[in-house]
Parts: sequence; structure tokens; C-alpha cells
Amino acid sequence: MSKSLLVISRQAPWSGPSAREALDIVLAGGAFDLPIGLLFMDDGVFQLASDQNARAVQQKDLGANLQALELFGIDDVFACNHSLEVRGLNAPASAQGLGSDAIAHLLDRYDQVITL
Amino acid sequence: MKFAIALYSAAHAPSSRRALLFAQAVLADGHEIVRLFFYQDGVYSASNNIVTPQDEQDITRQWREFVSQHQLDGVVCIAAALRRGVLNSEEAARYQRSAVNLDAPWALSGLGQLHDAIQDADRLICFGGP
Repeated sequence: MSKSLLVISRQAPWSGPSAREALDIVLAGGAFDLPIGLLFMDDGVFQLASDQNARAVQQKDLGANLQALELFGIDDVFACNHSLEVRGLNAPASAQGLGSDAIAHLLDRYDQVITL
Repeated sequence: MKFAIALYSAAHAPSSRRALLFAQAVLADGHEIVRLFFYQDGVYSASNNIVTPQDEQDITRQWREFVSQHQLDGVVCIAAALRRGVLNSEEAARYQRSAVNLDAPWALSGLGQLHDAIQDADRLICFGGP
């Protein structure tokens, strides 16, 4: 059986290539049909904010790539509730909000973890 | 035990040195490194045009010698490397760039190599940040 991987994405979409590069790992794993989870945490939850205008900061929109998750068979998409709350963001429809206990369980559930 | 080691930081970051020391310890203790995968700014740790002052540790040279000496599988993520201007001769020719700053023992390849290493290894150990 394949080993499972949880990718924790902790950077805002406008703070450099990190958010995109975390997503690329997830999408590559999805392309190989591997069991992959994605957790948005800390500034990473800004990736989930709706109505972003990436062009205003001369960036490419990450939203389309996030929408590709489903196409690549990535259903396990989570967001840290605390990170959302302290940044004044609502729970997004595209990710399941988790409290700190649930996140601890999540980390136990996966064989490997990558944090970017 | 089989280790996969991922590095996300440049040669001047202490985490690059820590990754190298860890990799050396893995082999010294009789374990196996299935692959080194350099991602994000880790691609700079494989660049061969880093010039280090004589009285400082030359981490890129040490990485290169370590990988060559133990004939390890040293993979640099091609997408991350292109974005940061770390090119082997093939990519420099493809994109008509004048500088080549990556060569053997490093290989440019895709993220599939990271997933493959994760599947093969008992442990994935990541180094990044400061």
C-alpha cells in the first residue's frame, strides 16, 4: 500500500513561490494517485480567501490551481480553524476546518509530513 | 533504515549544513539514503557557482563531494531550479541562457522523484528555514 503524505502549506499566496510549490507537490502526488492530504495553516490560510485579485500585485492567481485539486483526486483538504480566526477569515467551502486536537490526530494519521 | 532527505534552503542557511551533517550521520551509522531531493531555495545548495570566502565552510562543495563519494542519488527539482536560475548545460541550451551552474553529481528532475523517494524510504527528513 502507498505511504500517505500530508503537505502543510504555511505561506500566503503573495509571499513568494512557496504556496505554489507546496501545491505542486500535492498535485504531483495526485497525478500519481498517491494518498495526499493538504492542510492550510498560519498565513497559508490566506490562499483560501475568496475574491482575491492577484493581478493587482502582478501575481498569477493560485485559485485555478486550488480548483484543480478535485480534478487530481485530492479530497482531503483541511484548514486550521485558529489560523482562520486570528486572520478574520471565514471557514472556506473548499477546505474542512479543523481545531488543534483534530490537527494533532491528522498528523498521526499520515505516514509522512512536508511543511512549506 | 532507508532515509529520503529533502532540503528547502540555500547553502548559506544553517539548515543546509544541518542537512549535510545529518546525511553524513545517516551513512556513518550504516543506514541508507534512497535519495536527496533539493526543492525551493534548496536548489541553490547544488549550484556550482557559489563562491565562499576561504575561511568559511564551502557547503556546496561539501555537498557535491559527499554525493559523489557515496554515489548518492542527488536530485534537484527542475521547476524550482529553472525559476531560480540554476541550470545544467541541457537547460541552459534549451532556454538560451549563457550560464551553466549545475552539473554532476546532481540531476535535474521532477517532483515525481520526491514522491518516489517518499514511497521507497522508511523516513522522510526535511530541512528548511534558517
